[in-house]
Amino acid sequence: MRIDRRGLLFGGTVSAALVAGGARKARSASPLKIGLVLPMTGPFASTGRASETAVRLWLEERGGRIAGRTVELLVRDDTGVADTGRRLAQELVVREGVDVLMGFGLTPIALACAPIAEQAGKLMVVTAAATSIITERASVIVRTSFTLPQATLGIARWAPKNGLSSAVSLVSDYAPGHDAEKAFEQLFTAAGGTVLEKLRAPLQSPDFAPLLQRAKDAKPQALFVFVPSGVGAQLMKQAAERDLAGAGIRLIGTGDLTDDDILPQMGEVAIGTTTSHHYSAAHPSPENERFQANYQRLSGGRRPNFMAVGAWDGMELVARALERTGGDAEGKKLVEAAKGLSWTSPRGPIAIDPATRDIVQDIYIRRVERGKDGELWNVEIDRIPAVADPVKAGLVR
Amino acid sequence: MADERTAEIAVSGAEDRAFGLAEPAGIGLLWAIALGALGTAWFFPLHLALAADILILALFALSLDLVLGFAGIVSLGHAAFFGTGAYVAGLLALAGWREPLSGLLAAGVVAGLLGLVASFLLLRGRDLSRLMVTLGLGMMLHEAANKAAWLTGGADGLQGIRIDPIAGLFAFDLFGRTAFFYSLSVTLLAVALLVRLATSPFGLALRAIRANALRARLLGIDVERHLVIAHGLGAGLAGIAGGLLAQTTQFVSLDVLAFQRSAEVLLVLLLGGAGNLWGAVVGAVVFKLAHETLASITVHYWTFWLGAMLVVLVLFASDGMTGLARQLAHRMRRRAGARRAPGS
Repeated sequence: MRIDRRGLLFGGTVSAALVAGGARKARSASPLKIGLVLPMTGPFASTGRASETAVRLWLEERGGRIAGRTVELLVRDDTGVADTGRRLAQELVVREGVDVLMGFGLTPIALACAPIAEQAGKLMVVTAAATSIITERASVIVRTSFTLPQATLGIARWAPKNGLSSAVSLVSDYAPGHDAEKAFEQLFTAAGGTVLEKLRAPLQSPDFAPLLQRAKDAKPQALFVFVPSGVGAQLMKQAAERDLAGAGIRLIGTGDLTDDDILPQMGEVAIGTTTSHHYSAAHPSPENERFQANYQRLSGGRRPNFMAVGAWDGMELVARALERTGGDAEGKKLVEAAKGLSWTSPRGPIAIDPATRDIVQDIYIRRVERGKDGELWNVEIDRIPAVADPVKAGLVR
Repeated sequence: MADERTAEIAVSGAEDRAFGLAEPAGIGLLWAIALGALGTAWFFPLHLALAADILILALFALSLDLVLGFAGIVSLGHAAFFGTGAYVAGLLALAGWREPLSGLLAAGVVAGLLGLVASFLLLRGRDLSRLMVTLGLGMMLHEAANKAAWLTGGADGLQGIRIDPIAGLFAFDLFGRTAFFYSLSVTLLAVALLVRLATSPFGLALRAIRANALRARLLGIDVERHLVIAHGLGAGLAGIAGGLLAQTTQFVSLDVLAFQRSAEVLLVLLLGGAGNLWGAVVGAVVFKLAHETLASITVHYWTFWLGAMLVVLVLFASDGMTGLARQLAHRMRRRAGARRAPGS
């Protein structure tokens, strides 16, 4: 075989092209796959819808890229059932090869998926579920939502200082309700308040009337309520019918009670309800104004709620952690990079506690008021800065 | 023995053909499951988690088939036994008893005993009251499990379940291989048992009772005893299916006792066709695959399309998919017969 100049030139060009092509491929890398496990249908579909919208909004604003890598989003519907969610997470890992698992609308689903993420060594970002223990179930879990005791701490500390030193608690009879009841009693008592009575309502088709009557008879200054989002409206209506406000009883609770997603439809009865939470759609900041406007555009006029902001910050967390690792999405490295991150979210300043991988954030005291636009809003009236999960801090046992 | 022989007579030849339940058909079902499953393992090695899920649902539907399709007991609370099995298997593992096979057996036994006790409630009254009793039983257990949070973990579920490798050899893996072959083995065993049962004098007596309880009684069949045993067995099998789910997912939550699960399994059985074992398996496969496919096409609206599919199916095949297949086969045979007739 004769080697002539043309042949050499040709061969050289081809190999140079191959090398260059290979290099380009390595630089732009494969897309970053994010698997979203959320309830998209069934009773908790609103959680899934809000979270997905926020994630899509985030991607839209960043041109669909994280740390230079294009993002491929895989949305899976867990229907609110734990074993389904677990299988979907498993399939996302083994079949789709996702780099990050995100979402998790309900505590049992997050708990069921934790071993999968741990075993596969993938970062698991919990953007919705709020039971304190979740982050302790796997070393690869980071949370961007909140914990229920964290949200409770706000109102439990604020109330005694503001003339509400006796309270009755009323919660739904299931694990998160029990957690809220316990957290409220301990934190409220520690802040100088007294819990006169602890009431529990059945989770399935509750009738609050007899319980509200008992609460009224106990003559507290405040009634602390925790019920699943959506049931709150019914409770407030019954509270208004019994004229709790007229008896001098203030309705207080965590922000689930006046969820921004459904607050506009709650009507007059909600006005005056005072809650503590980490996010209000009425939070006055440029970040939130922008988030609010864009979210409404993408969702057809719906307000962003705490589920939406949790998912938004989930994406922000992945982006910031990935920048720190230089694009390496290996689970352990991402978790290490996520520890200690802090940024200004639409909800306000937040940080990831390096010790617990849980979120540290300001908790706001908000009162439902009618805004200038004639709609109902959770207006922030006070703020407790940098609250960590009280359970992990040993404040609630 | 006498009552069982009379039972054989009570089920007339015509009905036997209608059920299509001669023993070879049952063996055929075993082969179909085994070949289908091995084909899945070979061609879709990354879909084993879904396949295991289908097998568990099939086993659960088979247990309901014994209760509804054979004994004719309408149930809207079959998840009570499934969930009991799941919690028994889960709690045993949490208490330190991590051997899977004995754990599964315990799940079946406890659920079976519960089924035996519950069956005495079901002997009174007919379909509508049975519907109410089973529905109530399911809801009571669900609420009891929610209340007994110290034992069941309430709404948070049982976490941290660890199961030893099966026979000390096969550890549960992320790809779901062990879960799949474990579920497959258990399902095949259960089908073999059910095929044997369906063709036994006991199974024939059950079908006689379903066809006409009064006549079966006149023929000397102890109706109550048969129903109690059938319900106990069905509950036990449901418990084993629940135990399988708990062991393979290593998690148990209140969902296992939810009404939705009872409704879903009833739907699966009716979709496939009750009373012939094939239906439960076909229904589980079709339902899960349709769910998966539709949910991957439209993650928000798949429930609508699944519902539409079911409505159409019920309109055109009121006996389920196996009923439809039988009708088609029958029509083809008739047409073939008609074509041959003029020439002969």
